[in-house]
Order: sequence, then structure tokens, then C-alpha cells
Amino acid sequence: MSNRSKHWEKTKGQMIITLLLWFFFGYVIFMFGETINTVSFLGYPLAYYMCAQGSLLAFVVILFWSANKQEKIDEEFGFATGEDE
Amino acid sequence: MFKGKFINNLPKIYGTYTGGFLIFIILMSIAEQAGMEAKTIGIMFVAFTVSIYAVIGWLSRTIEVDAYYVAGRSVPTVFNGMATAADWMSGASFVAMAGGIYFGGYTYMAFLVGWTGGYILVSSLLAPYLRKFGCYTVPDFIGTRYGGNLSRFCAVVVLTLASFTYVTAQINATGTIAARALGIPFELGVWVGLFSILLCSMLGGMRAVTWTQVAQYIVLITAYLLPIFWISNRGGYGFFPHLMLGEEVARLGELEAQFGLVKNAAADIAAAGVPGGLKSISLPHSGVPAGGMAAWKFISLALCMMVGTASLPHILMRYFTTPSVKAARKSVAWSLFFIFLLYSSAPMLATLSKLQLMDPNLATGIIGKPIADVMSIDWVTAWTAQKQAFIADFNGDGILQLNEWFMRGDVVVLSTPEVAGLPYVITGLVAAGGMAAAMSTADGLVLAIANSLSHDIYFKMVDPKADVRKRLIVARSLLVVIGGFAAYIASMRITSILGAVAWAFDFAMSGLFFPLILGVWWKRATRQGAIAGMIAGLGSGTAYLIYVYPKFMGNPAWLGIDHLRFGIIGASVCLVVMVVVSLMTPEPDEATQKMVDELRVPSGKTILGRQH
Repeated sequence: MSNRSKHWEKTKGQMIITLLLWFFFGYVIFMFGETINTVSFLGYPLAYYMCAQGSLLAFVVILFWSANKQEKIDEEFGFATGEDE
Repeated sequence: MFKGKFINNLPKIYGTYTGGFLIFIILMSIAEQAGMEAKTIGIMFVAFTVSIYAVIGWLSRTIEVDAYYVAGRSVPTVFNGMATAADWMSGASFVAMAGGIYFGGYTYMAFLVGWTGGYILVSSLLAPYLRKFGCYTVPDFIGTRYGGNLSRFCAVVVLTLASFTYVTAQINATGTIAARALGIPFELGVWVGLFSILLCSMLGGMRAVTWTQVAQYIVLITAYLLPIFWISNRGGYGFFPHLMLGEEVARLGELEAQFGLVKNAAADIAAAGVPGGLKSISLPHSGVPAGGMAAWKFISLALCMMVGTASLPHILMRYFTTPSVKAARKSVAWSLFFIFLLYSSAPMLATLSKLQLMDPNLATGIIGKPIADVMSIDWVTAWTAQKQAFIADFNGDGILQLNEWFMRGDVVVLSTPEVAGLPYVITGLVAAGGMAAAMSTADGLVLAIANSLSHDIYFKMVDPKADVRKRLIVARSLLVVIGGFAAYIASMRITSILGAVAWAFDFAMSGLFFPLILGVWWKRATRQGAIAGMIAGLGSGTAYLIYVYPKFMGNPAWLGIDHLRFGIIGASVCLVVMVVVSLMTPEPDEATQKMVDELRVPSGKTILGRQH
């Protein structure tokens, strides 16, 4: 396999992991909204908290984490870009 | 004071600007103490901020194509994040979101999840690849990846339809706020709003819009957060509301049980003469509605908003302006961080605002009090006179029940500072913030439409030999024409703010989502497939909207897919048609396949030239 296709395979893998996390925080949690709302977090009902702040915060963290991961993948295969290009 | 390159001085420049803005707020509050009239303060706030944007717009004027279309591809990560956040958070987010939560509670908050989660799709599926491509507009990508004028044209149609649906709502919001702050009629306010929007974008295109959007973000986030923290601290709810309002949310549940959540019959509302657009609270604040259908409605709304986010051209084009692919990816993360600051605060504002009105132990509480007393409160008198609030004594007991208090959603943000007894300077600040939010989004949208018409239709199809001067003249004229047309539609007042905003997402996802992502992720996607997908997706989505929307045909929705969610139909049809037609047609030629390979590598030259 060429360098490029290996890079693309890893990039794809990273994309899939990111989207799985996205799916969990964006959908799976709210499929069980009724059940988890009985749990209290910081005094908030959990489902309310997740759609008010929790999932939103998770998305921010996932984005920064995923961007760093992808940069590492790019570096590994010598496709890294500088700050200015 | 500022030596060296403009870009390197950005933190200093915007730091000074923020400081100046804070000093202005302090000066205004001193003026208020000294007896300046409330109306004058409102005018000062709007006039001061809008003239700063105009100055930035003028300073950013340009005669270069790549500065006009993509801000010279030199916008640093964090600043592009702020600009995107301002581009993203519309008048609807700023003014109507807390109101939506106020009335809709948990059910409405699917919008919050949807309007943030979409950025994950943008970052992992699209933004870095489109940046590598080096396009000026979204149809530029479609037209080059799939080839041919027809594919480009279809993309322009989807872009125009989606963005135009969105922009009329923004100009409408600008008009409402300008009218209120300046004390002029709404129709005139719309034109004042349009004029301010054009001041920011006409001379410098994307470059001017970028730098004004950063300035607008600073104003809008200050205007949103300051009152929330102030009310929370003043009312003793906790110095950091986001972490400390758990008890208040629980208290709202108790109050709902005490007063009872009653859904008024439509006939009663009509008989009492409640003005259009006003609502009463009938849904629980934090309670999750029971059953699988309710969960599906929440998830499907979030899905539409997320996929729509990743298809809206005015957002995608912001990532064309970063210096590199890596910067584009990081910039998406910063965008969402800046958006998060406001979105996570909206439920807190709704909670505080609801508590102020509902808690009979508070001096501000009105529910459960005699109607005669409530009617004599200043802000109630003012808002009822403007038909923004209404009291209907259904049971005739002379006491205000929860279901007898009607209000327009926008009032939550605009009046909470006043209700909580904050000085008027805060109300003026909030007006300036709402104006900034609506203007920045309108700017981005008008620019997205005008750029794609001037680049994709005029330059790529009509007159490919046009020189730079001519291209920019066309681009600027289109900006004025489109803005004027949108303002004209808005001045006819035919759309309520949120219905239209959700539709823009559905239109965009119906026609553009799959052609965009398959263009990057599936080499086998062909021109015929993309064209068929865009036409079938947009066509079926629109047909379903007409079929289901109460004001059109009003048929019962399939599986709860109502007019806010018609993109699910459109995008599914688009995917199936695109895949089937692509597989039936010969695979793309070698040059195209190579282009896609090149697109997937972050380093190296962009596929389209710096100036094209």
C-alpha cells in the first residue's frame, strides 16, 4: 500500500471514531432522555443538563481532540502543513 | 502603536477595541445616572456599534479577487473561529433562542444540540478538504469536482434557495431591533438594517465581512453574557449560573406543578383576541416528554439541524479563508467553542427569566397575582401596548394564571434585564448585541449568494474573460441587488423568525449534503449522479414541505416528519438517487480521480489556483 493510501486509511479510521462519539453524544443519550432525566447532575436533571451544556461541551472537546489526532496522523506520513501555507 | 503586519497585530487591535467598547458601556451608565433618557441610550448603543463596523468595512476595502472572495486566505485560526461564530449565531439565536427554550423547554433544546453537533460533520467530513481544494465558493467545488456547468448551476440554485430563506429572517430581525432602538417604524428599520449590512460588506467582500464579524462577535457575546451573570449574582442564584442553577431548574418544576401546565384551546385563544405570535407556557421546562415518538422528534430535529449545518454555504466558505488545511480544522473547533459560550447560556437565561415571572415569592413574579396589579407594572404596560404581551382572563377570577399570560418569544431576551430591574444601559447593550448578531449573519449570507452568482454564474459561465475590475463590479452590484430584494421581502413581514430559519437547513441538506461529502469520500461519484441527486433531493424535499406544511396543503406528517424536518426526506432521496445514478454511469475519468486523491492530502498546493 502506498504512503497515501495508508494515510487515507488512518484518516478514515479517525473520522469513524469521531462520528461514533458524535453519535453517542448527539443521539444515543437522547434516545434514553426519559430514563436518564431521573438522575441528577449538579442539581440538574441529567437529560436537561446534557442538551443545555453537556453534549455541547462534549462536541467542543471532541473537535479539539480530533483535530490534534489528525495532525499527528498527517505528521506521521509526512503530509503536515505549516501554520502558513 | 501598531508596527508590522496587520495580522500579527490582531490581538492588540481587537484588545483595544474590546477595551474601548467596555469604556463606552461605562460612559453610558454614567450618562444614565446623570439623567440621560433611555431612548437616547438605545440610539447611542446602536449608532456607536454600527458606525464602528462601517469604519472596519471601509478600512478593509480591496480591489483584489482573492481578498474579496476568501479574505486573502490569511485569517488566523482563533479569529476565524470568532468570525464564524458571529456568522453562525443569527438574530434568531440571539433574540429567539432563549424565548424558544422559555416556551418549549427540553423539547425545544433539540435545536441547541443540532446547531452545535453539526460542526463535527463540518470538521471531519468537509472543511479541511474544501480548504485544500482552494475554491472560492461552494458551487465552485461542485462544479470542479464533478465538472460541467449544469452541476455548478444546480449547486448555485440550492445555495441561493437555502441562503435566501435564511437572509430574509435576518434582515427582518435587524429591522425589528433597529426599529425598537431608534424609535422608527419597522419598514424603515429594515432599510436602515440593510444599509448597515452593505456598509460592512460592499467594499471589502469577504475580508471586510471577516473583520466586522470578529468585532460583532465581541459585542454580541458581551451583550448576552453580562445580563445573565448580573441577574444571577444579584438574585443570589450563584456567581457562576451555568454550574449553579440546578436548584432553580428544580424549583421551576415545582412551580409548574403548582400552577398547572394547561394548553389553551385554539378557539379560546381566538375568542380572547390574543395577538398573533404570542404564546403561553404549556410545556415542562426540564421534563422529558414520554414515549418513543417524542424521543424520535427530538433526535430527528437535531439530525436535520446538524446535517443542515454541514451543508450551509455561508458557514463552509468561512473555512476557505484560513492559511492552511490544519488551520481550517482547528478553526472549526474554535468556532464551536465560541458558539458554545452563547448556546450554553441561553437555557440559563430562560431559566432565570421564567423564575422571575413565575416565582410568587419574588417581587418580580406576576403569575398568581391579581391581574389589575400586574397590568399596572411599567414593563407589562409597555409590552402589552406594543402587542408583545397579552393577558386573557379565561376563568374570570381576576388572578393571573400561567396559561393566561401570553408573550412573544423575543421578549425574553429583550426584556429580562428590565424585568430584573437592571439599569437601562443593559437593555441598550442587548439591543446592540441583537443587532450585531443579525447583521453578521445577514452579511455572511448576502455575500455567499452574491459571490456565488458573480463567480459561478457570471465569471464561470457568462463571461470567463472578464477582468478583475469587471468581476468585482459585478460582485458588488449583485450584493446590493440581493440585499435590496431580501429587505423588500422582509418588509412585507411574511415569515416568523424560526420557521424560516429551520427551513434553510432543510433546503441545504436536501440538495447539497451528499453531493459535497461524496465528492470527497467516494471517488466513484459521478457528474450525472450529483446532478440527479441535487435535483431529486431538492425537488422531493420541497414537494414534501408543500405536502405537509399547514399553510400549504397541510397533510398529516409521515412518522412525525413535519415541516421543520423535511430535509430528512430530501437528503435520503438525494443519497439514493445519487448512488444509483453514479453506479449506472461510467466512473469518473482519471484526472478527476487524481484530483480527489490530491484533495485528501493536507499538504501541497491547492487544486484551484490562488487566483482563478
